[in-house]
Amino acid sequence: MRVMSWIQNHPHVLEEAYSRARAALVPFRRWLRRGGTVERLFIAGEKLTKGPIFDCRMCGQCILHSTGMTCPMTCPKTMRNGPCGGVRPDGTCEVKPEMACVWLQAWERSKRMPAFGDEILRLQPPVDRRLEGSSAWINEFTGDGARMPPGWGA
Amino acid sequence: MTEPSRLERVLRSGRFAVTAELNPPDSADPAAVYDRALVLATVCDAINATDASGANVHMSSVGVCALLTRAGYEPVLQVSCRDRNRIAIQGDLLGAAAMGVRNVLCLTGDGVQAGDQPEAKPVFDLDSTSLLRTARMLRDQGNFLSGRKLDARPQFFLGAAANPFAPPYDVRAVQMAKKVSAGAQFIQTQYCFDLPRLRAFMAQVEDLGLHGKVCVLVGVGPLRSARSAEWMRTHVPGVHIPDEVVRRLAGVPAGRQGREGRDLCVEIIRQVRDVPGVCGVHVMAYRQEELVAEIIEAAGLLPRSAQAGLHHPQGTEETAI
Repeated sequence: MRVMSWIQNHPHVLEEAYSRARAALVPFRRWLRRGGTVERLFIAGEKLTKGPIFDCRMCGQCILHSTGMTCPMTCPKTMRNGPCGGVRPDGTCEVKPEMACVWLQAWERSKRMPAFGDEILRLQPPVDRRLEGSSAWINEFTGDGARMPPGWGA
Repeated sequence: MTEPSRLERVLRSGRFAVTAELNPPDSADPAAVYDRALVLATVCDAINATDASGANVHMSSVGVCALLTRAGYEPVLQVSCRDRNRIAIQGDLLGAAAMGVRNVLCLTGDGVQAGDQPEAKPVFDLDSTSLLRTARMLRDQGNFLSGRKLDARPQFFLGAAANPFAPPYDVRAVQMAKKVSAGAQFIQTQYCFDLPRLRAFMAQVEDLGLHGKVCVLVGVGPLRSARSAEWMRTHVPGVHIPDEVVRRLAGVPAGRQGREGRDLCVEIIRQVRDVPGVCGVHVMAYRQEELVAEIIEAAGLLPRSAQAGLHHPQGTEETAI
């Protein structure tokens, strides 16, 4: 557990790892398709890595680099655009007092991310619930993970 | 293009606005809504209809707003993301607009654990910010999230909540800016009992260039007693009541604590008025609606142009003719 939180508290290492992994996958993008052995391998890999590090919920639309390398789906209200108004004075969650507010950590960590830190300001669209359980890496390359309602960015 | 909502007109004119919260009844009788609206209507510019606040079930905010518009009142429809998914919410927004609702306050909502039915399924399909963007999409683009076109667009004045009194304090103004870019035109804050914190927040709001872009109404309300203040700050999510406030109430005899709480609320309103950038107050007097008029009068915020139509369409002889 200590190792895992150490990793999360070094978000600049994680954003570097993300950039490199993404670049390394680009040559293979032809094979990165949904519904096959490759996807099954990716799903297993993501569960093994993002599971213990980020408490990943496999939403299939990973935005960790936009949320201070802190998974917004672990927020009991699954807020993807920032903290709610219920954060307790000691920084713990309104719904689960035993856990720290995910967004408090997200903001702190994003300040230490030179490459993607500003992405925390981005207006995130609602989650595509159909992608739950699928591979976020594959969805990133197919474009499924970043699909937005028409005109969303306007 | 239809006319702006009454609340929008008041805020645009630069007058200090007053909104007040109506707590929906546990009743199927419209008279219960009208009784509460009657005491608020002459002292405020718009009436907020809460949406199962604190995750406690009451009459729906759409139902309350429909009753209010029928009687000529100016409601603010509160929409929470806790109980409905995007399909239900978009439909409710159109239905409310068809009933004459113009002001919408987009909220995420308290967790179900806060209410009387904690075993319910929390929905949170959207969050307050994506809900704002969705409402703006219906209004400005004239389509649903799917892209499907509307035959007629709703005319909304869109609002959001902000809580300057909960951590992370340094990013609360930035979060509010995000809501403004998502569509928020007015803000109603959580209860303010901490003026220094409010001033710091409003200074950040100004630094972000938001003065004039969004109208901030500061939440205020009377505390009933030291005990209820203690209960609120431990049980109501997001409510911050400093120790000195509780001490001040506890310092007077139990029978006079309500009066002290009322006086404190009036003092806070007077101080809030002087904070640069504040456009109004939002009075939340949970189960003390009768106190609202007294507070607003004592704070020197009267007269307000009375909301039209005090003829209640249900059960009144005059309108039946």
